[in-house]
Amino acid sequence: MKKRMIGLALGVVTAVAMCMTANADELIKVGIINNDPNESTYRTANVKDLEQAFSEENGFEAKTFYSLNNDEQIDAAKQFIQEGVDYLLLSAAATTGWDTVLQDAQAEGIPVILFDRTIDADESLYEASVVSDMAKEGQTAVDWLAGQGLDEYNIIHIQGTMGSAAQVGRSGALDQMVADNDNWNIVAQQTADWNAETAQQIVQSVIDSGDSFNVIYAENDNMAAGAVKALDSAGISHGVGKDVIIMGFDTTTDGLKELKAGNWNYDGQCNPFQSEYLLDIISKLEAGETLEEKTIIMDEKGFDAETITDEDIEKYGVGGDTTEAETEVETTAAE
Amino acid sequence: MSDTKKNTNAAGLLSRLMRNQIFIPLAALVLLVIVNLIAGPSFFKISYSANNAGDMILSGYPISILNFGSELAILAIGMTLVTAASGGQDISVGAAIAIAGSVILRVLCGNAGSHPASMQAPIIVAFLIGCVVAMLFGAFNGILVAYFHIQPMVATLILYTAGRSIAAWINNNELPVIAEPEFGYFGGFIPGIPIPVPIFIAAICMIVMALVLKFTTLGLYTQAVGINEKSARLNGLNPTFIKFLSFVILGLCVAVAGFIKVSRLSTINYSVIAKDIEMDAILAVALGGNALSGGKFSMVASILGAYVIQFLTQTLYRFKVSSDALPAYKAVVVIILVVASAPAAREKISSLWKNRKAHAKEVG
Repeated sequence: MKKRMIGLALGVVTAVAMCMTANADELIKVGIINNDPNESTYRTANVKDLEQAFSEENGFEAKTFYSLNNDEQIDAAKQFIQEGVDYLLLSAAATTGWDTVLQDAQAEGIPVILFDRTIDADESLYEASVVSDMAKEGQTAVDWLAGQGLDEYNIIHIQGTMGSAAQVGRSGALDQMVADNDNWNIVAQQTADWNAETAQQIVQSVIDSGDSFNVIYAENDNMAAGAVKALDSAGISHGVGKDVIIMGFDTTTDGLKELKAGNWNYDGQCNPFQSEYLLDIISKLEAGETLEEKTIIMDEKGFDAETITDEDIEKYGVGGDTTEAETEVETTAAE
Repeated sequence: MSDTKKNTNAAGLLSRLMRNQIFIPLAALVLLVIVNLIAGPSFFKISYSANNAGDMILSGYPISILNFGSELAILAIGMTLVTAASGGQDISVGAAIAIAGSVILRVLCGNAGSHPASMQAPIIVAFLIGCVVAMLFGAFNGILVAYFHIQPMVATLILYTAGRSIAAWINNNELPVIAEPEFGYFGGFIPGIPIPVPIFIAAICMIVMALVLKFTTLGLYTQAVGINEKSARLNGLNPTFIKFLSFVILGLCVAVAGFIKVSRLSTINYSVIAKDIEMDAILAVALGGNALSGGKFSMVASILGAYVIQFLTQTLYRFKVSSDALPAYKAVVVIILVVASAPAAREKISSLWKNRKAHAKEVG
């Protein structure tokens, strides 16, 4: 407790020092531990967002470590603690094994902020966590679907990798709805492991069987894209005002463009842009304020094909066109 | 020859067929057909209708199986040669497909960003460069196995681990999308031709391989090296080169399979493209009754094995096996098939058969 007080006092002192030196010579040292950016479009956007936010211009000195291996992450965390970072930001690869490291951090007075993923550790061991509520994402999507007012819902449900937080959350709401309503039927429920091509095969298989359906609920945009390929080759129309409603998640730029074009109907957000929340938390801690809530659940939207705008695609689209936009800027500058 | 004369009766024919390597995959295929027929003859219905582009195409379960099984069948060709020559398997084919696919898309995108308005290079150029790169990676595996005598599974573990990261790196971790429909033809349909193009590509690969095996000594040499490396060398063969060559050929197969994969969706996802396909490819070889320790092989049996796997997947989808249970069902079927087709099991069965006959004679 004493150490913690000292840590807190030190924190206040540095914060005061920060305020005094307007040029902010003293950078705030943050250690960021995240998953491998190659994991998915989502992760790439997540890593990029954090790297941009915790830049030197913004007054930070960021040390980063990316791995899908929990043990490597733990080692890196120990290293960061030894090097004496001011904050430790953590998106753990696995939920367990973090207690000792977090205790070390606490003993050194380093606040730990979890982002994106939560872990199995006592709440007192971390300062705050910023997470997505996957169940809420699923519920938002299912509520939207219910709002379409179809007489009968015959759904092809394409699941993500079984047991992942995203799959469990997004499947849960739909399963509940189907169990509660007689006019909601599952035509096929199958995992495609986030793989577009497997999704294509699953939908093709339903088409081959001759069963009729009017909704495809895919748990991410890649799988929705694969499903649409199968519909296209079978001559089944899809999108706004067509035979089959297409639903996806993760709001990839490509997915949102399909939405805008009216080929898909719904896309649910899973927000990878967590830096604004993290910056907010850190500025509050730097100012010595206490946080109102420990777990911050990000506000996530669901987009409807009929109301989506180009600004939405620009603002919420994940991955995709960024480099193209940059090269365009470069060429215009050269001209 | 006298054996053939004796076995003119029906039972003899059956036992001869059973001893043939192709029996297990063939039997599995027949079994799957029967199961699906019992569940409803609609399984074999093929319809002829227009797709969303307005072209008339064939569709139905049999077409889907042949279509989606194409990549696996192509990989099975290369995997059979690698297995026969080196007595081990390449577990990096999935990662290598990611690399080949990534290279093809990179060439097509050129410097125009990840969503080019038009393709920056002819498809054939992109494909050929993809082939060269995949064969280089195959050569890398081949050198480790043939020249440094590293166990194939360990040698290919390197690419298995690193491959998908390399693939992502080739495209600066962007996910390129090719909008032009021509690129999608190779994983879909060419307007005017109602049969999916991957089926043709797989057929071409099989014909080429059949011609190579018929008119060159590749098959014979590969088997000789696989059966006994030392005696092969004493007979003037170069086992090192033959092993190396088998990995390069697999590299070519990987490039073709990767080309179909990226063409199917006109894009790539490094972490999931062709995921776990190496296991299915090895399984196809095993289902074909080929000894995984090398030596004699049957190319036809391996290819048949590949389609059996796709047939099984399609059947499980059709019976709407739940997602949680799918791998378990697949595993049960696979265990039965692989055990039945294992050379050891077949020997055991045939020796049991002989013993019974001998016993019957003695009693008689």
